[in-house]
Amino acid sequence: MSFKTLRHGLLGGAIAALAMVSAAGTASAAGELNIYNWGNYTNPELIEKFAKAYDVKVTLTDYDSNTTALTKVKAGGHGFDIVVPSANYVPIFVKEGLLLESRPDQMENFKNVDPQWVDVPWDPGRKYTAPWQWGTTGVAVNTSAYAGDPNTAAIFLDPPAELVGKVNVVPEMNDVIGIAIMYVGGEPCTEDKAVLRKVRDTLMAAKPKWQSMDYGMTEKMSNNDVMASVNWNGSTFRIRLNNPKVVYGYPKEGYVVWMDSVAVLKDAKNVENAKLFQNFIMDPENAALISAFARYANGINGSEAYMPEDMKTAPEIVVPAEFKAAGKFLPTCSKEARDLYTAIWTELRK
Amino acid sequence: MRRAEIRRNWLLATPALILLLAAASGPLLIAVVYSVLEPGDYSGVVWKLSGEGWFRVLFNRDIFDDTVSLADAHLTIFWRSASLSLMTTFFTLLLGFPTAYFIATRPLRQRMLWLFLVTIPFWTNLLIRTFAIMEVIRNEGIANSTLMALGLIDAPIQMLYTDASVLAGMVYVYLPLMVLPLYASLDRLDFRLVEAAYDLYASRIAVLRRVIIPLVKPGIVAGSILVFIPSLGAYVTPRVLGGGKNMMISNLIELQFGEGRNWPLGAALSITLLAFVMVALIFYVRNMAGEQRNG
Repeated sequence: MSFKTLRHGLLGGAIAALAMVSAAGTASAAGELNIYNWGNYTNPELIEKFAKAYDVKVTLTDYDSNTTALTKVKAGGHGFDIVVPSANYVPIFVKEGLLLESRPDQMENFKNVDPQWVDVPWDPGRKYTAPWQWGTTGVAVNTSAYAGDPNTAAIFLDPPAELVGKVNVVPEMNDVIGIAIMYVGGEPCTEDKAVLRKVRDTLMAAKPKWQSMDYGMTEKMSNNDVMASVNWNGSTFRIRLNNPKVVYGYPKEGYVVWMDSVAVLKDAKNVENAKLFQNFIMDPENAALISAFARYANGINGSEAYMPEDMKTAPEIVVPAEFKAAGKFLPTCSKEARDLYTAIWTELRK
Repeated sequence: MRRAEIRRNWLLATPALILLLAAASGPLLIAVVYSVLEPGDYSGVVWKLSGEGWFRVLFNRDIFDDTVSLADAHLTIFWRSASLSLMTTFFTLLLGFPTAYFIATRPLRQRMLWLFLVTIPFWTNLLIRTFAIMEVIRNEGIANSTLMALGLIDAPIQMLYTDASVLAGMVYVYLPLMVLPLYASLDRLDFRLVEAAYDLYASRIAVLRRVIIPLVKPGIVAGSILVFIPSLGAYVTPRVLGGGKNMMISNLIELQFGEGRNWPLGAALSITLLAFVMVALIFYVRNMAGEQRNG
């Protein structure tokens, strides 16, 4: 859910961060729009198209995690109009009074939003946010190392002999603990200590069998440096294009579904342009541009028609029917739950 | 006249003093204040006094039965950071001393060239250098593929993500910080004393132990401090080369300010790290003061 820069590889991210602020549009543009989004996540073609269509000068700034975005926006004086938080962070932004009720649900292109992404728990009825991209957190497995069933969290929670010492776990606390909770039979965000004790014991027993806890799997699995990993679907898709032996597994015990959404900030200076942008990205052709770049699905009906050919049938992107039910959104956990998770996480990485 | 001069000196020092106060003490003060507040719900702090942040640095309420025990996880992480830093200091000294000695005993014009070579790594960003090491030691990297091509090994050796790879990376990164102060000391060493010791039938070992090392001790101490302190707070090297399975102090602090969202604990941990650094510095200052008394 966070460190999206790192989903695409630390080095790639670092290079993208060097070219952090890219501006499009003409000098004589009528207005401005300042977008604050994850690194290596926004298609420059999309920005250029928006800039031309509305004669707006667009400035794009990167962040690397939800917490970074939240802290900076909360501090004020940032000058951003748009932010793209993950699902479990949207309610925090709303509660802290940082988002404008821009009513995407009343916008012209809202009709294109896939009904399953309208009444979402983090923003019921879409009063604040428009869908950007959604994906899943599962496991990526190199079949040359392990040919068994990849559709289980046991790949990293109880690694088969072939994968001992070859498994990576991305150090993404919420995703990893979420999958581990579902693996032992609990619900994400649970405060049930019996469940959490099992989660801790499972993780602690599995850790000696891991190779590393690191980001940058797009490169490392493409290079055969890592044979299996907790990973995001879009990243795994990119790995498979480089290294056809890698498959994506949807843990049948439960895997994480996430979505990042576009919101307008309450202290935005260019509210009208920001609203135009929300409407703009709900157009199927434009939504397809978003997906073509970062390789995640977007939640806009009709965008498939404009998507790159290789994405239309990719099993990483189109969730196979048999695995659909096991996917779960991570809600915003209570402070008590989060404290427990941080304690488990610290113990795990001591 | 004398007084006016003193006043003028103070006035001239004002910008520096303001900078020191605002840029050094200010942030530190914020960290101290934050460490005794309560964590906010989603980030930041709530303005309510609480000792919980400090309590949690050293003690742990068991997450399952609320019993209080020593924070084993934090202590393990502190110990790992401290021992890794000590080992880094030891190995940079082991490699740095002969290097500095070699440079100091070259003819004057050559010395500049050698010193220049020592500083070359500083031209490249630390992150890039660390990634370069990774490229050398990874499973399909230069080291493994060379060994395999030579037929010395059949399968790649796991070098990346081991404790040894972190140590090697840290030694590589901090070596110049050891060589430069050592060189400064060796440069001032009067080699006639070394000759005199030989004339008096001292063995090579005796010359090193009883003449050279005592004379360059300030350089050894300065180099060790310069290496030890940044090693304690090292973040990039352990994270990239260590594979992140085992945290260092800096990673633990990042976790508390990031996903853990417990700023008071993060602030208390930062100040704990600062305390370690202070201890090292006090050791340094006392050592130097002793040196001056004796010499």
